[in-house]
Amino acid sequence: MPRTAVMNEKGLTLVDAINEALAQEMERDERVVCLGEDVGLNGGVFRVTEGLQKLFGPDRVIDTPLSESGILGTSIGLAMGGLRPVPEIQFEGFLGPAYDQIVNHAARFRTRTRGAITIPLTIRVPVGGGIHAPELHSDSPEAIYTHSPGIKVVMPCTPYDAKGLLVAAIRDPDPVIFFEPKRVYRSFRERIPEEEYVIPIGQAKVVTEGTDLTLVSWGASVFQCLEALDGLPEDVSVELIDLRTINPLDRDAIVQSVRKTGRCVVVHEAVKTAGMGAEISSIVQESCFLHLSAPVQRVCGFDTMMPYYKLELDYLPDAPRIREAIEQTLAY
Amino acid sequence: MPVRKAYSATIDYLQILDEHGVLDERLFKGDDGKPLLADETVRELYDFMVLNRIFDETAFKLQRSGRMGTYPQNKGQEAAAIGSGHALRKGVDWLVPCYRENSALFMHGLPMHSILLHWMGDERGNQIPEGVNCTPICIPIGTQMLHATGLAWAFKLRKEDRVVATYFGDGATSEGDFHEAMNFAGTFQVPLIFFCQNNQWAISVPRDVQTASETIAQKAIGYGMPTIQVDGNDLFAVYKATKDAMARARGGGGPSFIEAVTYRLADHTTADDARRYRDPKEVEAWQSKDPMIRLRKYLADRNLWSDEDQRQAEERARARTAEVIKTAETIEKPSRDDIFDYVFGAPLPPELDRQKQTMRTHSLGQDPSQVGLSATTG
Repeated sequence: MPRTAVMNEKGLTLVDAINEALAQEMERDERVVCLGEDVGLNGGVFRVTEGLQKLFGPDRVIDTPLSESGILGTSIGLAMGGLRPVPEIQFEGFLGPAYDQIVNHAARFRTRTRGAITIPLTIRVPVGGGIHAPELHSDSPEAIYTHSPGIKVVMPCTPYDAKGLLVAAIRDPDPVIFFEPKRVYRSFRERIPEEEYVIPIGQAKVVTEGTDLTLVSWGASVFQCLEALDGLPEDVSVELIDLRTINPLDRDAIVQSVRKTGRCVVVHEAVKTAGMGAEISSIVQESCFLHLSAPVQRVCGFDTMMPYYKLELDYLPDAPRIREAIEQTLAY
Repeated sequence: MPVRKAYSATIDYLQILDEHGVLDERLFKGDDGKPLLADETVRELYDFMVLNRIFDETAFKLQRSGRMGTYPQNKGQEAAAIGSGHALRKGVDWLVPCYRENSALFMHGLPMHSILLHWMGDERGNQIPEGVNCTPICIPIGTQMLHATGLAWAFKLRKEDRVVATYFGDGATSEGDFHEAMNFAGTFQVPLIFFCQNNQWAISVPRDVQTASETIAQKAIGYGMPTIQVDGNDLFAVYKATKDAMARARGGGGPSFIEAVTYRLADHTTADDARRYRDPKEVEAWQSKDPMIRLRKYLADRNLWSDEDQRQAEERARARTAEVIKTAETIEKPSRDDIFDYVFGAPLPPELDRQKQTMRTHSLGQDPSQVGLSATTG
């Protein structure tokens, strides 16, 4: 699909980048099919699949019945039958009905058949809060799927990373949940290569290098972290790591950084208890115990329901909360 | 404006060989006058039933003697599995089963010891050999029907002449996935046969507690699908209905539904005791409708099967079963690496690899400078 004048001039949004990756992968590999609710004619509720049905036809960009378990369960069968399905679940809050098919079936086929049947499957899911959406349109369930073996979990937050990671996900031989932080779907543009490239799953990215404290985040929270860093004194040097992939986790990146800085703060939108912050804190104390100068701090969503949108910004970690945690950890 | 009829439907019931072994000649011959199945084929299929009945009863004893874990007997449902399995093309069509149609899988090339391995707690029982077109038996109820729908859909999209048959029980029709699978299959007109083994019981819950629907077959009408109820203990009726559904699927006619009315003659599994909830009179009544009794009578009446044939068939079945058990029992325990090696395609993620190498999840006692760092970067 040719780029528009805006894209050429100002770069691509996250939505544009995902759309471009889908189009290029479908062009490259005729086994790749997109399916889901409203993904065809309408181009998806966020327009991520815009124009794809026109390019590839209704047999490759398929409008399905409104049926999440149906979409995931049939995608497993499509994968068994030699295709590379890329189903979309409209919002992360609607993953519930498909949960069984994802964790008990897609994830398990390779193990339970000792490799005789494998399920290459990329499940695209808009994720997270901050867009004034209705109930169950703003959650962050990445830890739930990371706690289930056999599924890779990816959550890029820039157009560049989204394109490269989506290509990697589609070419991966196993199920991947590809979470798309909807808060940054259209929040900025970035110039990225038009030709395809691959960002390997499982590699974190150092967003800003630093020596005093390691800030670990992913998804839309990375931008709240950047905002927090803007308000810090100039002599404070924070290393910000964007995990990009949640499972498999890039432990090396975290451990190497914390061994250098001795201090760590983890930021995520999801619920605090048993969230990924707990896992990362545990990795840090296992592997950086004698390097630590302060306890690891977590700045997360509360152990509550994600509130309706009038209160969502009170729930989501914001720059002041992150900055406070950084300052307290530095002062410890 | 008068009320008009928006839709009406009826459900056909097909029986060709009744419980007394009496044949409906007209149905058996069909419109073209050709017998539905040749005498020699009927003999072979009956012989195969004998093998499967003896295998099944021996598997039960294996569990009782502590040589195998929980096992769900297939006893009494042989005509449903074998009649439908025979209508599918080996090496071409696909079977997506639950767990009470072993014989259909064996017909299509699944090694018999695979089933024993599965119930002996060994995933290698699910390692379907290349060229055998089936998925492993599916323990959760009804989930496999969606996989079958997707698989049939893939064949349609790829323009491959293959049909998928998926098996499930009456209990499974209460699951959401059943309805989602039927809906997708109907909407996308995929080449699929929904084969319901209505064996009257889902563990202890009877058929009429599962649904207020008069037949299970009629549920398919809501999904725009041709549907039929058959005597599931009648090999001929099951074969005929499946053959018709096959022809429809291959001709672009989409999915079909078959409700095979049968009965679970044994307990749900070896962990169950059906005497707690079933009336012995009901079981007795169904015992006389056993699919094997009527088929043997059919063959004997036509001098196609003697008592000596029966003796020999049983002897062969016992010998074969003994061989299969020996194969299953002499396979070495899997390597503990197997726990890790199939979670993802190679290479393993570093943390998983560390757990595999050490068979430990804790980190103390390991080189502290390395823990958390993979070999390449440490």
